[in-house]
Amino acid sequence: MAEEVLTKEQYIDFKNVKVNDHLVLSIAESSKTVDQIKAAEKVSKIIFTTLTYIFIVALALLVIFPFYWMIITSLKTFNEITQEEQTFFPSVVMWSNYVYVFQHFNFFTYMKNTIVVAIFSTIGTLLTTIFAAFAFARLRFKGRETLFMIFLATMMIPGEMMVISNYITVSSFGWITNSTHTQTLTEAYAAMIVPFWVSVFHIYLLRQNFRQIPNELYLAAKVDGKSDWSYLWKVMVPLAAPTLISITILKFMGTWNSYVWPNLVTEIPEFRLISNGLRESTFNNPDLGVPEYGYQMAASILVTVPLFLLFVFFRKYIMKGVGRAGIKG
Amino acid sequence: MGIELFSFIKGRRKGPKHHGRVFAEPEKVPEYTPGIQEDGKIIRLVNNKKLKKPYRVTGIDDVASKNNWKAWLYLAPVIILVVIFLLYPLINTIFISVTKNYNYTTGKYDGFTLENFGVILHMIPYQSDNGPAWETSFTTNAIPNTFILTFITVPVSIALALLISVLLNSIKAFQKFLQTVFFLPYVTNAIAIGMVFSVIFDDKGLINYIFGTNTHWIYNTPTATAMVPLCLFIVWNSIPFKILILLSGLQGIDKQYYQAAQIDAAPKWKTFGRITVPLLSPQILYLMITSFIGAFKEYNSIVAIFGKRGETLAGQKNMYTVVFYVYDNISSNTSFAAAAAVFLFLIILVFTFIQFWASNKRVYY
Repeated sequence: MAEEVLTKEQYIDFKNVKVNDHLVLSIAESSKTVDQIKAAEKVSKIIFTTLTYIFIVALALLVIFPFYWMIITSLKTFNEITQEEQTFFPSVVMWSNYVYVFQHFNFFTYMKNTIVVAIFSTIGTLLTTIFAAFAFARLRFKGRETLFMIFLATMMIPGEMMVISNYITVSSFGWITNSTHTQTLTEAYAAMIVPFWVSVFHIYLLRQNFRQIPNELYLAAKVDGKSDWSYLWKVMVPLAAPTLISITILKFMGTWNSYVWPNLVTEIPEFRLISNGLRESTFNNPDLGVPEYGYQMAASILVTVPLFLLFVFFRKYIMKGVGRAGIKG
Repeated sequence: MGIELFSFIKGRRKGPKHHGRVFAEPEKVPEYTPGIQEDGKIIRLVNNKKLKKPYRVTGIDDVASKNNWKAWLYLAPVIILVVIFLLYPLINTIFISVTKNYNYTTGKYDGFTLENFGVILHMIPYQSDNGPAWETSFTTNAIPNTFILTFITVPVSIALALLISVLLNSIKAFQKFLQTVFFLPYVTNAIAIGMVFSVIFDDKGLINYIFGTNTHWIYNTPTATAMVPLCLFIVWNSIPFKILILLSGLQGIDKQYYQAAQIDAAPKWKTFGRITVPLLSPQILYLMITSFIGAFKEYNSIVAIFGKRGETLAGQKNMYTVVFYVYDNISSNTSFAAAAAVFLFLIILVFTFIQFWASNKRVYY
């Protein structure tokens, strides 16, 4: 044995080392052969893997359970929801809950508001982000690093610090109802869109992306007589498309989920976004004064489904974007 | 990755920093050119210096346009927006927090004072229309609730996410599928799912049915009980992001460490404690800081489960958090709201610095 020298690869991959027949390696204390140890290891590995799967699938079921409960509750009758014994499948499938919700919940109004706000705030953010990232990544000017550090520093400030003053600012622009003025729909949109036209994190993200584009491309474009402007739109933006798509989708999701700000700056429910609409529609049972959970859950499903569709189609971009950005909106 | 940003802010360390334990640096292995055999000795040529080619472009600065005014033109929209909606509000909020009775519609106030902080912290009374009054909801509800929420949900969700991602990383079949399942809570509307939680925890809901109890979780219940569905919801809602970050961190760990541990027959828990956790420490620090900040600002989940009033006992405001207090007082007591916002900012600042300071001893880059 002493003469046999294991190569580096064999040493690392110990389990696959073929030991010669005449040689039996045994561990002093256990007096087990290598084969026995290997077999025992195999068994314990199978047990461990099985336990892992059981545990992880159980957790996964727990994680998706609220979705399941939302779906079945939306299809139950009021009596079945409130009865003592809870059922895991509706005894009568009540599609009429959805009909009721479509009649009594202004789903399409809220949806329209949300989409308008999402589109315009996304376009605005993309434009400002592209310009700023381009300047920070490609152009040279005095104070570039200082300015960029100031930008980064603003990310440490919680948004709640800004909400109070932004509310006052938006109000001073005349976008909010006061004693002399009633808010219009356009003003409500403006109040919900304009303050979110800048996202420092996205600028940071895109700048990093732009910086990875090789200088040679820029030089080639310069040789061809391209201006900075057309280089930005013809070369950099297409190359950074995945990041831009991620930003767009996250921005959309952010608008879909935004609750506080629309609630603050809009005067009447018809101007608000989908989250506000959902929270404000209680669907109370007129006789008992308690919420009708069947209707509530049907409305929740209507709000959740578009997000899910987005996720199904853009899973890669969402997970990649979230992994880098880690913030909604 | 967000973590990149963190190390950017902290300033990248040059070379490894050791604290008793030594970690090999997989990237730092010098490149070897093929060895030359000479008299039985192997001479390896170490290629450390980058080749200098005459046409090599060294940096963006060398080829960048030097048009100062053009750059500022590109930056103009962002700078205008940052000044109006980020920097001015910051200064203005601090300003409002030291004014007395700031009126947000007229912009008028009765002089400067530091009393707002005293009032919200229940140290001095304020002058209401009916004489002096005490502001109680901030100290009795908002601060304790915020701290309880933070110190329960952050450790629990990080530990759970760590467990799930280590397990996910150890399996092969269905890994991608399960990963997607665990990500689902992220792509939901917080209000919608919060309402589902309040249905599940209803008096006649599923939880009471399964456990045969008759507990009120959502309505007419003390804060401590109502914290159970709330914390569960927050944890449920926050683990997808953490799993995503931790899993990508785990997949970046060099397999050699685990092979070395296997050769030494190190038990699994020891491998986890000595290899996995230290090598994941940048991700864990990042998650700690972001989720501490997130938990301090909890608002939507409370509205989702308990409704817009933020209470389970009528008129008690007993589910208030610091941010809830801010939003609730914006138009009625703008000065108090601003003081509370500044208070929140300071807390977050202090906690972030504590974590950065602690990380200097525990985080390995």
